Amino acid sequence: MSRQYVIRRILLMIPSIFGISVVLFTVLALAPGDPFAELAANPAIPPEVAASLRAKFGLDDPVWTRYYHWLLAMVQGDWGFSFASRINVETLILQRLPTTLVVIGAAQLLAILVALPVGVLAGTRPYSIFDQIANTLAFVGFSLPTFFTGLLMILVFSVQLDWLPMVYRADIGGTGWSWLWEQIKQSIMPVMVLGLFQGASLVRYVRSAVLDVVRLDYVTTARSKGIGERAVTIRHIVRTALIPVVTLVALQMPVVFGGALVTEQIFRVPGIGSLLISAMLSNDTPVVMAVTFVLSCLVVFFNFIADILYGWLDPRISYR
Amino acid sequence: MAGSTPVSLTADPPAGAAATAAPRKQVRFSPTREAWRRFRRHRLAMFSSFVLGVILLAVLVGPLIWRVPINEIDFASKLEGPSWAHPLGTDDLGQDVLARLLYGGRISLAVGLAAMLVACSLGVMIGAIAGMSRGSIDAVLMWLADLFLSLPALPLLLLIIYLFRDSLKGVFGPEGGVFIMVVAVIGGLRWMQVARLVRAQILSIREKEFIEAARALGASPGRQVVRHILPNALGPVIVAGTIDVAAAIIAESTLSFLGLGFPPDIPTWGRVLFDAKDTIDIAPHWALFSGAAIFFTVLTINFIGDGLRDALDPRRVL
Repeated sequence: MSRQYVIRRILLMIPSIFGISVVLFTVLALAPGDPFAELAANPAIPPEVAASLRAKFGLDDPVWTRYYHWLLAMVQGDWGFSFASRINVETLILQRLPTTLVVIGAAQLLAILVALPVGVLAGTRPYSIFDQIANTLAFVGFSLPTFFTGLLMILVFSVQLDWLPMVYRADIGGTGWSWLWEQIKQSIMPVMVLGLFQGASLVRYVRSAVLDVVRLDYVTTARSKGIGERAVTIRHIVRTALIPVVTLVALQMPVVFGGALVTEQIFRVPGIGSLLISAMLSNDTPVVMAVTFVLSCLVVFFNFIADILYGWLDPRISYR
Repeated sequence: MAGSTPVSLTADPPAGAAATAAPRKQVRFSPTREAWRRFRRHRLAMFSSFVLGVILLAVLVGPLIWRVPINEIDFASKLEGPSWAHPLGTDDLGQDVLARLLYGGRISLAVGLAAMLVACSLGVMIGAIAGMSRGSIDAVLMWLADLFLSLPALPLLLLIIYLFRDSLKGVFGPEGGVFIMVVAVIGGLRWMQVARLVRAQILSIREKEFIEAARALGASPGRQVVRHILPNALGPVIVAGTIDVAAAIIAESTLSFLGLGFPPDIPTWGRVLFDAKDTIDIAPHWALFSGAAIFFTVLTINFIGDGLRDALDPRRVL
């Protein structure tokens, strides 16, 4: 893979992030509601003070000036101050981000581990019993909303069986293996909910990608050379079929973040998704804006990774 | 043009086929009958249509038959399991869950349908403009679609609702305001898929001879699109629209489930689930029934979409 390709992809991220910042800021600027409304309503603060505060924070400036200042501050890493938690927004997000990334990463891994074998098996035996069962289960899987699966899991594994803790705790005691074991135990349900939902939609993509490849001539050639069926499937079919799947995994990232938001809320996982919801419920606008921006940037970043993987899997891309 | 297969410009295999083009074998069937014949062969889709029909009927006619008010508070019988007086049990205020689900289903389904209509009309319009104009307008519109596709929909949805909720409530009242906003936002964030489908269809169909003939006869671009191209591009749009209804229902339930959708006095399915989640250990029926309502509706719609995809794709031989 050429270095030029990577550089071009990195440069292509800039207009996307810029576009996202414009969209977010437009939404914020169009929104009614005044962050200083409480201040203005407070009789203890004289109107002159409120007005000078407005002027100081540039609330009376034209939109583009405000956008410029906002963008400049975001780029410099000054993301404002959380009204609710009384700490800097960037500190707050950095505290929460690793948890979210771990949960999402584990869930994606689970999704791929489930979807790849099932999709390949179903795709290489189209319309067999296995294919039909897998297809039906996949439909069930992505028709079950994550919030409902989460509640069902809590009902079965926490309430009825009492195997797993109901809520996620950030402050588990213990050290070493017992800490790790507790950590795994409380992560199982969020990861399962998210991973199986993703896996269900992925199965269908993998299946159709495999179906497209199986009929190609080079697969027949490989078979006629006397290569075993297993080797043909793994080395010849799956490798080619993975190419479109990688893009689809990346295109699914916005959905994954949406799902993570819901799962974090159900299991009280202290990630940025639950941070977003709690910030919204407590009218903490700086946090809301920053989290939305971070989530969007993460999506763009994962698209970038998918492009890179795409170039690596498909050598034809690199020379474009 | 019977039996012709337009070259698909999308990566999506079922997309990009003239829906109304009847296959050569059965010329005696009209396209609609042919589609129906194919749809009937998809057993799960047929069964799903039946189940969805029952759900629709229950939601539309149910409140007329089951005349228990949705907001009759009775603390003496709160959180009761299913019984003859309350077939689906009661909630934490002693309100009848069945009545609430029947009423809320109307809103959930209405949101799904309306958001789909918004998404499809926006998508068809933008896709048609992009496909017909080509050049820089096309490039800008498709860049916009890509940008919207890379936006995380749910956080953005939440952001917009968070920022605009109060003012819309003031203008349209609590129910109407939330309804309009939820529909507009869900629809406004789901047009991209349809737009790309329509654009791809238009790019392939506009080069066909019958469009050239229409152009030669002096049909304006608008007439070409509306009368000649769109009817041939309808199949994939119908399929995408069906899936969109399911997605919009899930999106609305998610919003309500996060406590940022409809207010508590409007029991949409997601809202009922949100209220039920804190008592799931003592009154699981409450959450189970509302969740099952969402699940079965979404599942049947998805199966119907799958059946329609088989039925409307002439390249598929069944």
